[in-house]
Amino acid sequence: MSTAGFNSQNGTGTGQTYANGPSQNPVALQQLPGVSYGMTNQPPYNPVQAKAPAPPGPGLYPAGLYQPIPPVSSYQPGPPPTSYPSSAGQPLLPRPPMGGHPSHTPPQSASPSPGPRMPMPPAQATPPPPAVSSSSYYPNPQQPMTPAWQYNTPTPPLGPATSISAPPMGPVANHVNSAATIAGPSLPSSASYSSAAPLPPPPNMSYSTTQPLGPGMPPTSLHGYTQPGVAPPPMNPMAPHTYQGQSNRPAYGPPPTGPTPVGPPPTMKPTPLPTGPPVANATPPPPKADAQCGGVVNSTLSPTEPDNQEGDIECPGAVAGNGPQASNSYNHLDNKMAGPTQPGPPGRHLGHYPSLPPGYQNTSVPHATPPIHPAMQAATQPYTQAPQPYQQPPGGLGPAQLSPSLAAMSLQSSTPEALRVVNLLQERNLLPPAPVPAPTPCLTQDLQKLNCSPEVFRSTLTSIPQTQSLLNKAKMPLGLLLHPFKDLSQLPVVTSSTIVRCRFCRTYINPFVSFLDQRRWKCNLCYRVNDVPEEFMYNPVSRSYGEPHKRPEVQNATIEFIAPSEYMLRPPQPAVYLFVLDVSHNAVETGYLNVFCQSLLDNINSLPGDSRTKVGFITFDSTIHFYNLQEGLSQPQMLIVSDIEDIFLPTPDSLLVNLNESKELVQDLLKSLPNLFEKTMETQSALGSALQAAFKLLSPTGGRMSVFQTQLPNLGVGALQSREDPNQRASAKDIQHLAPATDFYKKLALDCSSQQVAVDLFLLSAQYCDLASLGCISRYSAGSVYYYPSYHHQHNPAQVERFQKDLKRYLTRKIGFEAVMRIRCTKGLSIHTFHGNFFVRSTDLLSLPNVNPDAGFAVQMSIEENLDDMQVVSFQAALLYTSSKGERRIRVHTLCLPVVNSLSDIFAGADVQAITGLLACMAVDRSVTASLSDARDAMTNAAIDSLMSYRQSVLTIQQPGLLVPACLRLFPLYILALLKQKAFRTGTSTRLDDRVFAMLQLKYQPLAYAMLMIHPALYRVDDLTDEGALNINERTIPQPRLLQLSVEKLSREGAFLMDAGIVMYLWIGRNCHSNFLTQVLGVPNYAAVPDNLYLLPELDTAESQRTRAFIGWLRDQRPFFPSLHIIRDESQLKASFMQNMIEDRTESALSYYEFLLHLQQQISK
Amino acid sequence: MAFTFAAFCYMLALLLTAALIFFAIWHIIAFDELKTDYKNPIDQCNTLNPTVEKVKKIKRVKIALKLVLPEYLIHFFFCVMFFCAAEWLTLCLNLPLLAYHVWRYMSRPVMSCPGLYDPTTIMNADILAYCQKEGWCKLAFYLLSFFYYLYGYTFVSFSLIFSPFLFSLF
Repeated sequence: MSTAGFNSQNGTGTGQTYANGPSQNPVALQQLPGVSYGMTNQPPYNPVQAKAPAPPGPGLYPAGLYQPIPPVSSYQPGPPPTSYPSSAGQPLLPRPPMGGHPSHTPPQSASPSPGPRMPMPPAQATPPPPAVSSSSYYPNPQQPMTPAWQYNTPTPPLGPATSISAPPMGPVANHVNSAATIAGPSLPSSASYSSAAPLPPPPNMSYSTTQPLGPGMPPTSLHGYTQPGVAPPPMNPMAPHTYQGQSNRPAYGPPPTGPTPVGPPPTMKPTPLPTGPPVANATPPPPKADAQCGGVVNSTLSPTEPDNQEGDIECPGAVAGNGPQASNSYNHLDNKMAGPTQPGPPGRHLGHYPSLPPGYQNTSVPHATPPIHPAMQAATQPYTQAPQPYQQPPGGLGPAQLSPSLAAMSLQSSTPEALRVVNLLQERNLLPPAPVPAPTPCLTQDLQKLNCSPEVFRSTLTSIPQTQSLLNKAKMPLGLLLHPFKDLSQLPVVTSSTIVRCRFCRTYINPFVSFLDQRRWKCNLCYRVNDVPEEFMYNPVSRSYGEPHKRPEVQNATIEFIAPSEYMLRPPQPAVYLFVLDVSHNAVETGYLNVFCQSLLDNINSLPGDSRTKVGFITFDSTIHFYNLQEGLSQPQMLIVSDIEDIFLPTPDSLLVNLNESKELVQDLLKSLPNLFEKTMETQSALGSALQAAFKLLSPTGGRMSVFQTQLPNLGVGALQSREDPNQRASAKDIQHLAPATDFYKKLALDCSSQQVAVDLFLLSAQYCDLASLGCISRYSAGSVYYYPSYHHQHNPAQVERFQKDLKRYLTRKIGFEAVMRIRCTKGLSIHTFHGNFFVRSTDLLSLPNVNPDAGFAVQMSIEENLDDMQVVSFQAALLYTSSKGERRIRVHTLCLPVVNSLSDIFAGADVQAITGLLACMAVDRSVTASLSDARDAMTNAAIDSLMSYRQSVLTIQQPGLLVPACLRLFPLYILALLKQKAFRTGTSTRLDDRVFAMLQLKYQPLAYAMLMIHPALYRVDDLTDEGALNINERTIPQPRLLQLSVEKLSREGAFLMDAGIVMYLWIGRNCHSNFLTQVLGVPNYAAVPDNLYLLPELDTAESQRTRAFIGWLRDQRPFFPSLHIIRDESQLKASFMQNMIEDRTESALSYYEFLLHLQQQISK
Repeated sequence: MAFTFAAFCYMLALLLTAALIFFAIWHIIAFDELKTDYKNPIDQCNTLNPTVEKVKKIKRVKIALKLVLPEYLIHFFFCVMFFCAAEWLTLCLNLPLLAYHVWRYMSRPVMSCPGLYDPTTIMNADILAYCQKEGWCKLAFYLLSFFYYLYGYTFVSFSLIFSPFLFSLF
């Protein structure tokens, strides 16, 4: 049998075996950053929302709905809800189908079978009782089983206790999670409700879930709202809305959540931030609740059966349906808000903003959503039951207070929010207070719970258009952004003699397949039916038999398999590290050798590897030096090869040596190396030959080659010439020389790639080094590039510190050898282009000689065949690699997204950050193949086209102004930021290497880090307080607000921290508070701030601790080390600080407002 | 005197065009294989265990991609022949393709060896589609020109056979 041991660690550790079923869930949760999960939950909402809003048409909402809405305002009070339900409810029912969709597939067959999914379908079927619906919801979640719980976890706890009381919140809760958790408690509540709602009765089966919605009068009200939108399946969206509402209106949130919120809120906050742990904590509780709930639910559900309604409604989403409805209602609210105030078209909405602002903030916090959900659910229920719930809300105030951010999150999730019309020309303050969360796909809760974390797998459009022509109409790029080898805190690892895959398309079994019965499953990519192997029937986690749908493979969207020997072409290679060091005069001058040798000495025992690990060294200037480190020698032996035209290996056997056996020799070498070349006068660099030698050395085994280069290679093969004319940097009309000058490095990289050798390039140079040509060596061999401009051991201490920290991370991080990554997608979709560092071996296969945890990939997709009959599509990225311990492993990520057929839904599901990231990758390609100006035009046009498409196809009311859906409100800002990014800016003096490096980074940085490069974060740090602070590991981390990148936000009295990814600037205002100067910087006054300060003194004051905690926390969130520069008005670096003020006008670039006017002009042409 | 230089050119062009048609077909097949590679589930399973057949296929594809330069040279060669034979109409018909070839080769990616296709970009869907389309268009062009040369050959030969005869009448 297969043993399924789940390792908590990524690959390395042996996981804990999942003894308990429930435990798994927690694990899963943990794996995914807690946050991400939370996110996912929300996503479902979005879809719904989106759908809902779209159908109705903006116009509609405002008019009829709004008025009703007024009641909404009353919502908080309670009464309004009731009204909603009644009227809306019926209409809504029809919509429910939407929600149902997702579940549909599995339903029939499933229903009989236990499969979690199965239940869902039934739910859909059941239209009936609204009251039930709430309960039904639960059932659904339950069915999803533990997985959902995991996600939900946070909510669950809440759910039970609070859920009932919270009913009002309930709607929000709609999220799957809540359902699960709530289920138990809710049921009771539902019962009470039931009185109101007829259906409650026999929550029979899965039906109940869906039905509840339908039947529930309240639901109807919701539906009414939703209807306009279309029956958005995603319940979640609704929830978000509710939140907003809550946020806006205290009464709301608080009442429902009241009890629950309390618990969750805290967790929420933590989660959003960085860590998953909080989530994990939350998760555990839910499962239990679920279980309980499940029972209840089922019973309740069955009764509901009101299929009739369902049929109309399409219960599918019963659960979801509720959610959506709720969301709709929320939307309405929003609309109302806007509407009432402004009769006018969407544009008016602006007016809303004032009231809404809080909502925005809310958006920022995705994580929060989960907690919210419970509340939401409650809320939804309340609506249906109207009166009672409302009352509750007041009590619920707590939640609102808990986190505006949370509320914000909810907003995003809700479709309505996503589609809310924003007039950018009037609405100035669009930045959320905290980092922008990823939108949640509009899926049913159960699916969403299982979905892959957005940190690992993200799509530019969380709702996939049905046809290519629809996609073309939307004018937005469709693509995926992956971070497949990300360090995960918890990752289930499965050891099994047979890895279950589709016989036809070789897809790995994943949470989105459907089980036809216990013996057969249907692939979700090719839709063909496969048998379930006998071995798969046993569940090692629960130690039960006959429940294939509960196996970890089917419960986790991210999972790792230990691969059997069929997955090996040759015995797994050992970890092999070869260091190729430049020792020319220039290199010795920079003093990097000392740092390198010291770092390697310090970390030599933590290099990933096992007893077979090998290391080797090559140094070069105009000749190539090899080092014989054979065991038994008394000291390292240097061998010099001066024939660089025809390179050969002097002693092939003893240059790469076993690290354990020759450790002392290696240490000797590292100690003597810096002195060895101290007096060298050799200025030439034969990099090409050194690389060839290194390739020869590594090609029998494969491995990693780390190249340190400090100047332009000017000797032998691969010699380059300086192509940059410094005088043309700022004035050139177009930037030349972005493409490589020679294909030597590319060809060598391809050779390396075929021999499983990856080349990582460290470029430390003050001079032009032609990174465009050199970079190819890493680009096509899946290496990474590090660039330290003007590196000098004395003159540039900040760079030295960065180099040290980066090296430490580089040497000790996880590594995968001889890897390939294949991306599969549902039939009909195909991969158009890949972006990142790799070699494309086949249309869907990337060859990655090494894979590291800091590499990101982007993929452009196209739709080849219409996705007519599909509710959802899936993407699966499978990364096969050899771990440093010599184990062959497969890491599989699966992402599931809904398919939609209306433009408004597509817009509602747009993920503005992912779109920006993908556009940046495309623009880099364009700059190289065409020209930079072409790329710049293309980016501007991308913004114009998509907004024009939105205006023409989605907006029903035309009015002046630059109208965008709320989910794209940051799009023009990001595009402008891209245009002003180092990679693409013109008119400003930018060194060619800096530019090329920025381009490389945009392509291979994971999205989260790339976004910081594009749009840096600005915080005011002189008045940090503990209010709203995070608490991590007993450290208090203040959370200042994100500020717009505009000089108007700066003040001379303050100190501002700009976080631009690999660099941070701390700008000290001239009249900065002396308190800050003395307590944080340790200087008496402004004039005493040293010029080259790059470290904060460790003072024992509260202010200093807060500041350092905050900066340390920011640094901890990324794998590389951002250097900190403390600058004053007179500092040289002030210019680079100011260049990041992208909302301001510069000599050569438009200000944000001007850019908006330009867009508007183009759009209204 | 029935066989002039022009007739010889047409005959040669006829034979060479047949070869070009063959090249074009090979070109189309090569790109089709590149594109559909992943759609073949059997290959998919075998990506890690390349079979002999797979290796053969890869070689075939590589050969096909290397036929670019011979193709260009052949086409250039008989364009020169037509120029020498003063077959202006035929030359004009071929000039666009000649110009395209020159442009295509001038704008090839940076490469140190002859060749047109860069393995790092060839898998891009746009480039694949473009190359496929190019293959089909060329195939069509060569087929048409094949029959045109056939016609030209008979026409030239025919007029050559009869013109002396006609002259002799006077």
